[in-house]
Amino acid sequence: MIGFLLKRREPQIFAAILVLIALISTRFPGFAAPANLAEVFNDTAILIVLALGQMAVILTRCIDLSVAANLALSGMIVALLNAAHPDLPLAVLILVALVSGLLLGAINGLLVWKVGIPSIVVTLGTLAVYRGVIFLLAGGAWVNAHQMSAVFLNMPRSVILGLPVLAWTGVLIVALGVLVIRYTGFGRALYAVGGNPVAAVYAGLDVGRTQFLAFCLSGLLSGLCGYFWVSRYAVAYVDVANGFELDVIAACVIGGVSIGGGIGSVAGTVLGAIFLGVIKNALPVVNISPFWQMAISGSVIIIAVVFNARAEKKRGRLILKQARTAS
Amino acid sequence: MTVLDTGPLPAEPAPRSARASGGSIPDRLEGRASRIFLRWEVLLLVLAAIVFAINSFASPYFLDPWNLSDATYNFTEKAMIGLAMALLIVSGEIDLSVASIIALASVAMGAAAAAGASVWMLVLIGLGVGLVAGAFNGFLVTMVGLPSIVVTIGTMSLFRGIAFIVLGDQVYNSYPAGFEWFGQGYVVWAFTVELVMFLVLAVIFGLVLQKSTFGRRVYAIGNNPMAARFSGIRVERIKFILFLLTGVMSGLASICLTSRLGSTRPSIATGWELEVVTMVVLGGVAINGGSGTILGVVIAAFVMGLVTFGFGLLNVPGIVMSIFIGLLLIAVIALPILFRRVMAARRSTRRVAA
Repeated sequence: MIGFLLKRREPQIFAAILVLIALISTRFPGFAAPANLAEVFNDTAILIVLALGQMAVILTRCIDLSVAANLALSGMIVALLNAAHPDLPLAVLILVALVSGLLLGAINGLLVWKVGIPSIVVTLGTLAVYRGVIFLLAGGAWVNAHQMSAVFLNMPRSVILGLPVLAWTGVLIVALGVLVIRYTGFGRALYAVGGNPVAAVYAGLDVGRTQFLAFCLSGLLSGLCGYFWVSRYAVAYVDVANGFELDVIAACVIGGVSIGGGIGSVAGTVLGAIFLGVIKNALPVVNISPFWQMAISGSVIIIAVVFNARAEKKRGRLILKQARTAS
Repeated sequence: MTVLDTGPLPAEPAPRSARASGGSIPDRLEGRASRIFLRWEVLLLVLAAIVFAINSFASPYFLDPWNLSDATYNFTEKAMIGLAMALLIVSGEIDLSVASIIALASVAMGAAAAAGASVWMLVLIGLGVGLVAGAFNGFLVTMVGLPSIVVTIGTMSLFRGIAFIVLGDQVYNSYPAGFEWFGQGYVVWAFTVELVMFLVLAVIFGLVLQKSTFGRRVYAIGNNPMAARFSGIRVERIKFILFLLTGVMSGLASICLTSRLGSTRPSIATGWELEVVTMVVLGGVAINGGSGTILGVVIAAFVMGLVTFGFGLLNVPGIVMSIFIGLLLIAVIALPILFRRVMAARRSTRRVAA
């Protein structure tokens, strides 16, 4: 019963996305063409990957506001490295991005786990610090396309089996996400810790350690996205992806992840991100000024939380009924 | 290892007192807490004095009264919001949309000014937009029952988004004569209108929080919302009032900032929510609610203003200052926690020795 109700969320968003695409197609028929939809997915891949990391963090009752700053800093590090040593193989650069992201995430996690500072305060602080460090590293300068090597720039763009590598990476991470959440102890621990921390402790789970690992995961994925972002837009500077953390959180909330922890699914989060991606790509097509984007994201977040709150209340009542009939 | 030591649970944090005393029941909760915060304000004053001294050594221009008067502009507008935010955080909620309310109110005033509104009309519009925005946040949090952090992350996009829809990449820069008084005028000598306004408001907020029943209720709600509800406090109503108050103060800050800059863009005051929250937390207000004083927030405002001004005199770029503010925010919360943990460890070893 619970499983059925949890799953009900995803078809709702899926239907909403289909309606959205249908509406856009009435104004611009080419939008629903498979090639264009693939393009939209490719454009949303980074958001999807970041949202999955954020979901892990939110499941444990924390929040990571520093994902975009982490992405920008890791991206700047690999961009500077590439500009200074164009001969370094791409694998090394991607490894550097992953390690840098992981370390920055671990800093957040350690402050939450070992010092016990609320995650919102930690990541609000590190968000400012990470952005500042980008400025110190680059001296306020930009790293532009002509300073980056061809391999560095072309990898996410190269097409394999009809989809760019960036999109395939998104698919791979989603698949890994499903595996980790469904079939590993860590995945179950995320839900247990967020759903009922006290019970999790009695079940032998280390709440703080699980939260730390969630932050590490979110950081790792931010680092990976750092490389992809810088390579895709072929530029690195202080304000890369400024404010993108809000889109990431919005994707989670739209996808049915409860900000109170313990509730959410990979499928929902991915659909939430795609929903935002479709809106973002549709605005210019249907001739709405891009200045509308921010207000639309804001409204969608608020509407989604209202929906989530309703769904959670309903679920609670039903569980009680079931328990009563059982006893 | 006891259950209480398993780490932070942001949604239901273990009572600080229980953690500090290592699991035993504290007998003098009130006394100990107030002693720590008394010490906190003294610490802040010392910090302010140090910053002041360093600045006056570092730059010969620092001690000039007119320079100091200019320096207060670094914090007065944020500190006005900080006063209301302090009450809101004490009650256990937060408002991340304050900077976006500034942008929305500022754009509304700009549009009204372009349509020929008078100075007092502009002031009414600025405060009114703040009130409506605060009411919207308060409605969603207290009546729909949503967590304030998500609501205000949403309205943060929504309010600034509306400002962007109205103004786009344009700018409003014509205001009626007399409007510049709020952000550029002086009351007496080097005391700016903004500074005097802030100090008067600080006294009022201090009295409300520390000396009135309303203030005592705010503390009660922050310490234990359930117990507060059972003792007959109308929790939702008080929280709603606090959101209104934060909105109105953001509107007031918007009037001052718009008047000082003499122009409006939708990107006005970007990132201020971080600085306001930092200021309140630096002032000793517990981020999980329940404790804190207005005096602490006022001193914290001066400390942050002096630091920013000192950095400015030394030509440190703004983004580097934000590193400092970010570190300060983390350090300010981490240090008391670590300090308490060390004290608790020492106490328990003494008990073992005895």
